[in-house]
Amino acid sequence: MTIRTETAQTHLPQTLEPRNAGVPLDLDQVAGVAVNTSAVERRAGTLPGRRTVKKEFQAAWLCRAISCIDLTTLSGDDTAGRVARLCAKARQPVRADLLEALEMEGLTVGAVCVYHDMVAPARRALEGSGIPVAAVSTGFPAGLSPFHLRLAEIEASVAQGADEIDIVISRRHVLTGDWQALYDEMRAFRAACGAAHVKAILATGELGSLRNVARASLVCMMAGADFIKTSTGKESVNATLPVTLVMLRAIRAYHAATGYRVGYKPAGGISKAKDALVYLSMIKEELGDRWLRPDLFRFGASSLLADIERQLEHHATGRYSAGWRHGLG
Amino acid sequence: MTVKEIFESMEYGPAPESAADAYAWLVDQGDRFGQFINGAFTAPGEGFEAKNPATGEVLALLSQASAEDVDAAVAAARKAQPKWERLGGPGRARYLYALARLVQKNARLFAVLETLDNGKPIRESRDIDIPLVHRHFYHHAGLAQLLEVERPDRRAQGVCGQVIPWNFPLLMLAWKVAPALAAGNTVVLKPAEWTSLTALLFADICRQAGLPKGVVNIVTGDGEVGERVVAHEGVDKVAFTGSTEVGRRIRQQTAGQGKALTLELGGKSAYIVFEDADIDSAIEGLVDAIWLNGGQVCCAGSRLLLQEGIADDFQARLRERMGKLRIGNPLDKCIDIGAMADPAQVERVRRLVEGSVAGECFSAAVEIPETGAFYPPTLIIGLAPSDALMQQEIFGPVLVATTFRTPAEAIALANNTRYGLAASVWSESLNLALDVAPKLAAGVVWVNGTNMFDAAAPFGGVRESGFGREGGWAGLDAYLKPAGAQKALRPIAGFTGGTNGVVEGMDRTPKLYIGDKQARPDGGYSRVVYGKSGKALGQVPVANRKDIRNAVEAARGAATWGRTNGHGRAQILYYMAENLSARADDFAGVLNAMNGGRKGADEVEASVDRLFTWAAWADKFAGEAAAVPIRGMALALREPVGVIGAFCPDEAPLLGLVSVLGAAMAMGNRAVLVASEPFPLAAMELVQVLETSDVPAGVANLLVGPVAELAPHLAGHADVEAVWSFASADLSEVIERESAANLKRTWVNNGRALDWFGAGGCRAFLEAATEVKTVWVPYGE
Repeated sequence: MTIRTETAQTHLPQTLEPRNAGVPLDLDQVAGVAVNTSAVERRAGTLPGRRTVKKEFQAAWLCRAISCIDLTTLSGDDTAGRVARLCAKARQPVRADLLEALEMEGLTVGAVCVYHDMVAPARRALEGSGIPVAAVSTGFPAGLSPFHLRLAEIEASVAQGADEIDIVISRRHVLTGDWQALYDEMRAFRAACGAAHVKAILATGELGSLRNVARASLVCMMAGADFIKTSTGKESVNATLPVTLVMLRAIRAYHAATGYRVGYKPAGGISKAKDALVYLSMIKEELGDRWLRPDLFRFGASSLLADIERQLEHHATGRYSAGWRHGLG
Repeated sequence: MTVKEIFESMEYGPAPESAADAYAWLVDQGDRFGQFINGAFTAPGEGFEAKNPATGEVLALLSQASAEDVDAAVAAARKAQPKWERLGGPGRARYLYALARLVQKNARLFAVLETLDNGKPIRESRDIDIPLVHRHFYHHAGLAQLLEVERPDRRAQGVCGQVIPWNFPLLMLAWKVAPALAAGNTVVLKPAEWTSLTALLFADICRQAGLPKGVVNIVTGDGEVGERVVAHEGVDKVAFTGSTEVGRRIRQQTAGQGKALTLELGGKSAYIVFEDADIDSAIEGLVDAIWLNGGQVCCAGSRLLLQEGIADDFQARLRERMGKLRIGNPLDKCIDIGAMADPAQVERVRRLVEGSVAGECFSAAVEIPETGAFYPPTLIIGLAPSDALMQQEIFGPVLVATTFRTPAEAIALANNTRYGLAASVWSESLNLALDVAPKLAAGVVWVNGTNMFDAAAPFGGVRESGFGREGGWAGLDAYLKPAGAQKALRPIAGFTGGTNGVVEGMDRTPKLYIGDKQARPDGGYSRVVYGKSGKALGQVPVANRKDIRNAVEAARGAATWGRTNGHGRAQILYYMAENLSARADDFAGVLNAMNGGRKGADEVEASVDRLFTWAAWADKFAGEAAAVPIRGMALALREPVGVIGAFCPDEAPLLGLVSVLGAAMAMGNRAVLVASEPFPLAAMELVQVLETSDVPAGVANLLVGPVAELAPHLAGHADVEAVWSFASADLSEVIERESAANLKRTWVNNGRALDWFGAGGCRAFLEAATEVKTVWVPYGE
């Protein structure tokens, strides 16, 4: 089954794509997953040498990266003021004169990502921008609070106006191979989200193997995840290219089997413009251009934008830039 | 395009590598090159153009080396060799280190020049070829440093004539030059006509490194120049990488010249994917297997074997993947497939593909430049092993595919080829992959990977993919020979008699030993063997070519011997020693009677000891782990060669035969031995030892007959993997020439004697009785 869709001009998948309704848990498919770590590492390791973009292509790709950033603050000391500042950056991610030079006026980031208590301030700050608010949820980052509270947290964030919910899965279900439990949990989270779209954070750095990453990806997609996401940013190992490759291939397999396009979000550790380009090229290679849109791809990042801004200024002026020349987020 | 447009289309766009420095270097050289002989370039002469195959642009004018040029190059190498060797390993290591560093320091210049000249993507020359080159020189600097400690009884071969191909121009130069220099040889190297420029840049590097004059000489030109180099009488060792066709011709041309020879030839390497493999990774691996360098790779994984249950899915995903390959300007950093090395090569591939009617041909729908030597990535499915494209080496970006049902069938299909260079095995089951790897007829096996190379890992083929290894100690050994002079061996004639052939005592019917049977000779003839005094000692059968045929068939049938373990083989060899010892007096008597000497007892005792030596080695020569820079293992396994035919020595009719047989058996080979023609009786007696020592049928086969008549048949037999000759009759030339038919390994005495009481038990036998198979096993959870 293939589902043809319009080129995305909006952030939310469900407005363009038939939302992933999920499918019954197929344990045979989960058990049949094969991931060869060395081969995956070789592919991931050589891709940066195989694909590159230069000059105006690089500038355009970096703008694309910005349009896919979930601009994030997940700190204990977040305040409404801090979030408002972040939201202002989300609306105007690059200095106006640079965007003008690039003819990219109106460029914004993909979303703003905050904790539950910051959803309402973010909503207010983003009023009229069309930029969605994402809330991390379900006892983020460990996901070990009481199950009913985790569901309630989702519902509360949705009630506050969150458009997207980033849930964390129970790693123990993966580590013990309890795929049914993982599936049921994900199903319940998805149901609690209602119309808000749900990103499943796998915390890949804690799953022990790439095979487990692939299995967890599949199970979460079967259970109706709109996005699968690598990490909370709080694990010691966050997004990596090998993990990305495995998750992208799982998304491709799920699309081939069901026709549903599931989005992908690497998070944590991507702070350089150059890295962002490699991620984009990997998505282009493994999934195709359709996924290079904010409705199917996001970077979970806080410091990436600052590096991209410097690169764009270099492109526009031919001179290397400095951080203080760009507005703080 | 505007940024806004690209923002929507998300195309890659051009990413060209600058060629300015490479062009500047060519201009500095005057855009014309002579020969590099004795440390300097000769004046440019008549010649040919070096072209960029992607554009047809002429890069430089090269000179066709004349016969005088080749003479001068060989003379320079000869003159330089003794001093270079006397410099010692550590002294040579300094130069190899300097070469490594200079290649590294000029890495981008080498890479760009290689891409200009050859058409391969800059990514490959930059990330694969050139890094492997400096790794090779570094590694061999180390081998040179350790040479005298590790190989105390060997020395350099002398002057090496080396001819290399156009697919990895500088890398193949490194594979040839580094070991030759490390071992103390000097070289005359001929790069391929289409791709000589990086070799000439390397010549420049040799000058910068202060390499003594004449140690490296480079002559350019076509195949004729190559023939002059390999056929030159001043050359001691020939090394060739290229087509099987040319390799075969070199084997014939050099037959009987006493030159050491290594050949790295063509392939049709199997790429086996089992149903439990990581399919996406296996498909990605194919990109590196068959589309690396546009498939112009001798070890390209060009025969895809898919387990039936996954075949359709695999092929569908593979086609998708092929559609993502980018083909075009080799200097673009975002290109997967560049130009083929020459328009002639494109034509050749086109003819092969269009000439095939079998199967279903799929060409990737990728954009291809309108001009230049480009060919699209192609997949042909549904082929049978009998189809020509499943057998012929295409040497282009064309993958052929078929299916199998079981591991046994996968192995049978993989081995259904004249070639035997490399193979890939994809499975997530270590049990399956490591069971299959040793059963593949290939010099290199990659488990869950492809086209991995390293200076420490021996590389080379079996069957018609050639012989000899490059890389590691096994590679270095090909550039060494035993120290010390070998005496000339005069032909030894048997005795004649005047007693009308009357043999005293009870009549004994002499027979050949084939399988586990004493067999009458096919021709039905026997002859009398006389002692020194002229007395008739006994009768021996006269074997003919049909007896050779039967013996080889028996040996072929005894394949399980190669799979027995070393401990088990040692038990049989010890048992043979025991039974020989029990009949020591009989054997001593036969030996003394045959050659009229009194040292028979010594020879028998030495033979018993020799069997003990080989029994000792049987479980101690299994190979080693190569220290390669990956997370994983590369095991350089010593595998039996297979069926070894041998003409046994005359000067030690029992000890020589036992030395050859024991070494072959210890390493897991089956032997077809032709006993000493003048002194065959000890071999006849040995039949009874074999019969009583639990030697499995077909492992040891003994023939007696006219060696000059039998030699071409044994050497030309396609089902024999190696032929050795220690006979005093001059068989070296005929054996080397006839061996070219299936490019079997040969070991001939070139009219030189071996000290059977000493060197007859040396490591050289173990090396000749085994072939190195390098099994790469990358791992990681």
